[in-house]
Amino acid sequence: MNTVDLQHVAEEEQQRQQQLNLRLFLCYSTPCLSAGAERVKNALDGLCDELDEEQRPTLEIVATGCMGPCSRGPLLRLARCDEPEEIYEKVTPEMACNIVRAALAAQSAAAEPLPSDFPFFACQTLIALENNGRIDPEQIIHSIARGAYSSLGHVLHEMTPEQVCNEITRSGLRGRGGGGYPTGVKWELVRKAQAERKYVVANGDEGDPGAYMDRTIMESDPHRVLEGMAIAGYACGAEQGYIYVRGEYPLAAARLAKAIKDAERRGLLGSRVLDSSFNFRIDLRVGAGAFVCGEETALMTSIMGRRGQPVPRPPYPAQRGLWGFPTLINNVETFASVAPIMREGAEWFAGFGTEKSKGTKVFALCGEVVNSGLIEVQMGTSLRDIVFAIGGGLPDGGTFKAAQTGGPSGGCIPADHLDTPVDYESLQALGSIMGSGGLIVMNETSCMPDVAKFFMEFCMDESCGKCVPCRVGTIEMLELLTRITDGSAMDEDLQTLEDLCHLVQETSLCGLGMTAPNPVLNTLHYFRDEYLAHIRDNRCPAGVCRLDQVPLLKLPEHAEQLTIFKEEH
Amino acid sequence: MSVITLTINGELVSARSGQSLLEAIRDQGISLPTLCYLDGLSTRGGCRLCLVEISGQARLQPACTTTAGEGMVVVTHNDKINRYRKMILELTFAERNHTCAVCVSNEHCELQTLAAELGMDHVRYDYLNPQLGIDISHEKYGVDHNRCILCLRCVRVCDEVEGAHTWDVRHRGIASRVITDLNRPWGESESCTECGKCVEVCPTGALFDKGMSVGEMKKKTNFLRRILDGREKNQWNR
Amino acid sequence: MTKMPSNESATNEKSSHELKLQLLDKALKKCQYQQDALIEVLHTAQETFGHLDEEILDYVSIQLKLPPSWVYGVATFYNFFTLEPQGDHVCVVCMGTACYVKGAGDIIARIEQEFDLKAGTTAADNSLTLVSARCLGNCSLAPMLTLDGAVLGKQTPDSTVAAIRETPATTSVVSEETS
Repeated sequence: MNTVDLQHVAEEEQQRQQQLNLRLFLCYSTPCLSAGAERVKNALDGLCDELDEEQRPTLEIVATGCMGPCSRGPLLRLARCDEPEEIYEKVTPEMACNIVRAALAAQSAAAEPLPSDFPFFACQTLIALENNGRIDPEQIIHSIARGAYSSLGHVLHEMTPEQVCNEITRSGLRGRGGGGYPTGVKWELVRKAQAERKYVVANGDEGDPGAYMDRTIMESDPHRVLEGMAIAGYACGAEQGYIYVRGEYPLAAARLAKAIKDAERRGLLGSRVLDSSFNFRIDLRVGAGAFVCGEETALMTSIMGRRGQPVPRPPYPAQRGLWGFPTLINNVETFASVAPIMREGAEWFAGFGTEKSKGTKVFALCGEVVNSGLIEVQMGTSLRDIVFAIGGGLPDGGTFKAAQTGGPSGGCIPADHLDTPVDYESLQALGSIMGSGGLIVMNETSCMPDVAKFFMEFCMDESCGKCVPCRVGTIEMLELLTRITDGSAMDEDLQTLEDLCHLVQETSLCGLGMTAPNPVLNTLHYFRDEYLAHIRDNRCPAGVCRLDQVPLLKLPEHAEQLTIFKEEH
Repeated sequence: MSVITLTINGELVSARSGQSLLEAIRDQGISLPTLCYLDGLSTRGGCRLCLVEISGQARLQPACTTTAGEGMVVVTHNDKINRYRKMILELTFAERNHTCAVCVSNEHCELQTLAAELGMDHVRYDYLNPQLGIDISHEKYGVDHNRCILCLRCVRVCDEVEGAHTWDVRHRGIASRVITDLNRPWGESESCTECGKCVEVCPTGALFDKGMSVGEMKKKTNFLRRILDGREKNQWNR
Repeated sequence: MTKMPSNESATNEKSSHELKLQLLDKALKKCQYQQDALIEVLHTAQETFGHLDEEILDYVSIQLKLPPSWVYGVATFYNFFTLEPQGDHVCVVCMGTACYVKGAGDIIARIEQEFDLKAGTTAADNSLTLVSARCLGNCSLAPMLTLDGAVLGKQTPDSTVAAIRETPATTSVVSEETS
């Protein structure tokens, strides 16, 4: 297939879609499926079978990836020619059939669609997620009709690798996995590296609890990721790519495997991509459950089939990565932003966001919030807008206490800082991090030392064990936090904990250990009173901790021994 | 052989190009603590005791895995680094059951010696007191997991020098343990050549010769450099 | 005569074991016996045999020409691989942040109490294996879990226990057929 063929296929499919009278997009991602999307699909399929010969060909049901407001699923989007789209929430099989029957008869349905200015959608800017909910991820033709691989074609035939790297640099795109390293600089480093072979790796090992952006992107629009990787391969001079998917995401792995096969069959990947001299193969690697493999050096050892332990940097993967060759590692979401940048230009992308953080960021908004789901907003959007406008505030009249970002490497942002623009620098200044994009809203029933303990237990469990500060430090920090939350802590323990946090932060080998103390330090900073209430007043303000233990030194026997000690002297 | 110059603790010194920073520092007669490092084995950067400050680098770097570079400005000791080294040693002691008084390696133990050198006189953290066993199924040697500090010298020497790869690590994090073959008793190992290199390179009393009593187990590590030089530099070619 | 059926089942068992080995061989061939593919091979082995016992690990180590301790080290590093046989039901409770904040801990505690087991182990009567997972990426369904692979969202301790009790036990025959 060459670029002309690609264009032709895309136009043909677009025409076919335009001729349809009614297109029904049913969200078929995991949350909607568990809410009953499959039953809705069966009912709609049944309805189609009942239609007469004339009507049936004018209607199409598309099982799509995630549409966003997952807590309102199953979601059904209606697209009729010449009419604005409508989205229906919490659709039941009966409701769906009624809606479709009404639409076919050009009547208004009994069910009310979501208002067209529904803030959940109105406040978002979709770039990485632009195709989500509009294509069947298992049909490459749907992606092609929406422009997939056209950026790759343009890049291969019209641009030099150097120009591609420049374009990415000028767009201001930064690593979406949490680090925020300028993507263009990384590409340029790999491009300039002299080596016999080079590799491109997409990091889909999304381990942060409370984050599912990468899963959704891989499940809803796999070709977007593959195209981004191929463009990166061309820009860096790599002919082999790996996409590493978390073992917990079997659906994402299955869809990517199919997408790779489909793309190879059409000459969009493999040898002589789009009739150019560029070859690019992508292999899928499925993880087996280790959070530390999200760290780039650990991920590489895991791709090589070993224990996923990190190695000291430098040398950076761009210098010596997989099998000792220069390797470009980017997050899945970063790759998903590449094709639109090449299509619309760097200036367009740089027009979104703030001065230092350009473009958009996908967040998984969940926890105590009315509309939980997947959102994409411009960098610099305030936390207040995200939680209250898009998220619709807290349910049951709850009071906002904190928003947790960055998972076990991040922190909790208190209510005073709700107006902070969400970008790399601002979050870091607050002692949290952007992270991969998990955003968990907490109300007054969440106890901060308990949350810190939760994350520390996570890090302790996920520590690979290579370096001492992380292996032993995390379990010792957990012991101290356990003492605080069970009532057996003393004032000194807080100091010991803080010192230990700094040690682990500064001396650990990899990112896991370096950032493991963040949730503790950050909550100690903003919610110190809560820690003190636990230790000094034996009270948990949120009412979560049982506090049924006593400090060792305050045990009655010990007190007696102390008296004896005094008497002797 | 090209020579580079760098500054260590304020003094301009020279080093061989390509040399590790640790070697360059030790060549100056400066003592830098290490536990996982052993001359002749691959570097690992796991014990974090040889961390040094390098100008222009935001974080402390392990000297063992860093290559000495031209113009580097390095500080090997200061209040913060000394404090951190002590804390890391405390963590190492808290992890397993290091009861020196009843250890075969008492007074010949690298961990014990370092604690004395660095003035580590107490452990401020909770002793984890794990319930760990001793494997004495092997005819000649024993492994006492209570004293293992997971430096993995045994794993590396077995793989890199002996070429048997009998040793590896199972599980991860705090649950990590050194194992032989498929986590079988050492005595049943099919791959073990009984060469005893692992025992000699073990810095503590975790690996020992059977029949040793308290304080009797002295390790010899000089053999490693000799056989490696003999092999790699073809010194033993007859 | 009475011995016949047991002999028959023994041969059946043997042939099914051989069939599984063939599947594993196929996976090994597909990756061209590359040592880098160890994790993929272990994935296949676990899917086929349900768990990785010593015999399988030894077989993989011989086929891929890797030291046995290396294979064992990799198999135990990753949470996904299990060296113990699984129970009739496998319940994976998500302990991600959103689920934790919404009470996943109570669900685990209740299952532990009801089925008399600890998270990460299998009940003595082999009825259930309870696993706590680090975020399954379905946070909008919090607290969520999977029961024999099926996603259950917005659970309570009561609803989970009821779901486990109501699900019919999957016999090993079924798993053989599907594999």
